[in-house]
Amino acid sequence: MPTFNFALRDLPPEAEALRTEVRGFLADQFGGAHPVKRARSWGGFDREFSKRVGARGWIGMTWPKKFGGGERTFLERYVVMEEMLAAGAPVSVHWVADRQSGPLLIRFGTDEQRERILPGIIKGELAFAIGMSEPDSGSDLASVRTRATKVDGGYLVNGTKVWTSNAHLSDYLIALFRTQVVPDKKHEGLTQFLVDLRTVKGMTIRPIIDLAGHHHFNEVNFTDAFVPDNARVGNEGDGWEQVTAELGFERSGPERYLSSIALVKELVAEVSRRPDDRGAEAVGRMVASMATLRTMSLSVSGMLQAGQNPYIEAAAVKDVGTTFEQSVPELAHALLDVEPTLDTGSDLEQVLGYITQVAPSFSLRGGTREVLRGILARGLGLR
Amino acid sequence: MSEMGSLLADTVTRLFKDLVTKELIESAEKGVWPEKLWRTLEEGGLTLPLVAESAGGAGLTWLDAHVVVRAAGRYTAPVPLAETVVAGALLSRAGLEVPLGPLTLAPVRRGETLTLARSGTAWKVSGTATRVPWGRAAGHVVTVADVAGVPTVALIATRGARVTDDKNLALEPRDTLVFENAPVVAAAPARGIPNDAVRLYGAMARATQMAGALDSILEQGVRYATERKQFGRPIGNFQAIQHYLAVVAGHVAASGLAAETAFRAADRGAHDPSFEIAVAKIRVGEAAGVAAGLVHQVHGAIGFTYEHSLHFATRRLWSWRAEFGSESAWAIELGRRVAARGAARLWSDLTER
Repeated sequence: MPTFNFALRDLPPEAEALRTEVRGFLADQFGGAHPVKRARSWGGFDREFSKRVGARGWIGMTWPKKFGGGERTFLERYVVMEEMLAAGAPVSVHWVADRQSGPLLIRFGTDEQRERILPGIIKGELAFAIGMSEPDSGSDLASVRTRATKVDGGYLVNGTKVWTSNAHLSDYLIALFRTQVVPDKKHEGLTQFLVDLRTVKGMTIRPIIDLAGHHHFNEVNFTDAFVPDNARVGNEGDGWEQVTAELGFERSGPERYLSSIALVKELVAEVSRRPDDRGAEAVGRMVASMATLRTMSLSVSGMLQAGQNPYIEAAAVKDVGTTFEQSVPELAHALLDVEPTLDTGSDLEQVLGYITQVAPSFSLRGGTREVLRGILARGLGLR
Repeated sequence: MSEMGSLLADTVTRLFKDLVTKELIESAEKGVWPEKLWRTLEEGGLTLPLVAESAGGAGLTWLDAHVVVRAAGRYTAPVPLAETVVAGALLSRAGLEVPLGPLTLAPVRRGETLTLARSGTAWKVSGTATRVPWGRAAGHVVTVADVAGVPTVALIATRGARVTDDKNLALEPRDTLVFENAPVVAAAPARGIPNDAVRLYGAMARATQMAGALDSILEQGVRYATERKQFGRPIGNFQAIQHYLAVVAGHVAASGLAAETAFRAADRGAHDPSFEIAVAKIRVGEAAGVAAGLVHQVHGAIGFTYEHSLHFATRRLWSWRAEFGSESAWAIELGRRVAARGAARLWSDLTER
């Protein structure tokens, strides 16, 4: 039976020194933020904040110096990420680009693309959205139908992307389009493109409001939208392989167990005020899960640092992590006589209101629970 | 894993694979002491990893010892290896001589105490300890008692006790030992050991044995799902079965790392490992409940028979999760500690670990 490669990792001393620096920065920039604002964390889109993060050298930390990166370790990057998330900092302008779009361009982009795009990412000036899902392609991602048809100097794009977070605010979309239809081979004929959302013609963005009334999702429609040749990322037909690598990055970070940390803190605060065995037991179990998930997540970063591909391990962390994240609002309901609220009531009640409503998305975004368990089953040799 | 760690892993794996057969476990469950297995472990230098080489041990670290204890759980070796590893370490910390033969720990249950009293130059021990692992088979018991505010490690011969046999779900001896002014072989104060060291390090050892047993049931579940055919195909082709085993795999990964983290923490001189040990006992105990249930579900009725080997691991998991403190007992302790520190320190405390 194949087994996982979870090895125990220690953070190097330079990573711990960096932690102090990041905490100082966050206290300074974000110290007085309301718990509900912190609960939103990587839903928070704040261009000025991301520019200040970029100015500190905390975007593109692991990237090669020749592209403007910091050539620091994945473990140092891990510390910056976990501190940002634990504080609930509004990181979504740079998060996607730092985590997956930049690494994608470094691996598969042209020199021209790297020179054009990477410096802006590193400065925290360029926000990326991800164009994978379509109305008829969710978990079955390889079934995407949006066509990019070769024309002189570029491609004409027709089709619709959906659930595109922050497309209405972002500068670029990394999109997966079909450049060729290969009968019975849906994984072939896919290609990734770097769409400039600020200038592309023939594209319309329509908001999709989530169940809590918030707008982050969009539907992005292309009708004979022209994208130039220099927007293609990698070779025609290599899209599936590239997207798989990209999803490995997408699933590897601490955001897959820290989504409910604002509520965890409120629960600990509540139990601290009136400690009894029942509350203490709940807190003890939560902390045991969190501490273990952190060890697992750190281990995945260690694999990235060692140049290994943590595709299966990252799926395991995300599956176990989202299960934990979703258990936290359940625990609050089981433990306390509180009512989830929108914008009235105590901090606890408001954070509970927010997390309760957003929790279903934890095991949907970035690969559903079912897709992840399929990956794990393959890792076990069952598929 | 360190070089020593992988060397140890190879050695114990080979040894357990050879010696811990189904027949051996079944005979141990009938009450036969597996003398050959114990002697082989002892002669291989695997029973006292934390005792200095000059004192007859292997002079290794907790993290090295972790490999041995996990393998003992993985192969459900019916001997008090985990108890002997911990007892040897405690004796060593107090500078006491470590005898050969199987050792055990007492008291293992909260609320029970063994009291040490001076009697001239010697020590005497009194008290009742229930559910002592392998009490009837061990030559000596190691205890940590509070003597005028100083944690004191004592080595006591079991022949000085009145022993009443009992057992756990896996038919491992869990005996009652009654001492009435019984002689103590040796006792000494131990620096840096808490009064609850037996329960603490016992919990750490059980967490790792459970992590090993969890490795085993995942492997058994995957093997069975691949071999067993229904509706014309291996049951592992069905998504329901795949997802059960994927859930088990997540718990197994979490358990292995939680247990290993506790052993690593125990190696850090100035560092109090009780946080990591509590985390491990809670998290691995939770995993044991879920994973044992799911792997039994995958096996169907055959896994519910004595003839099949799955229960060697699952019955141990069900007992071990409750020994040296249940998940809820440890969670209450950990939660009170976290609550006392307050929400503002939660994250910084976690990242200092």
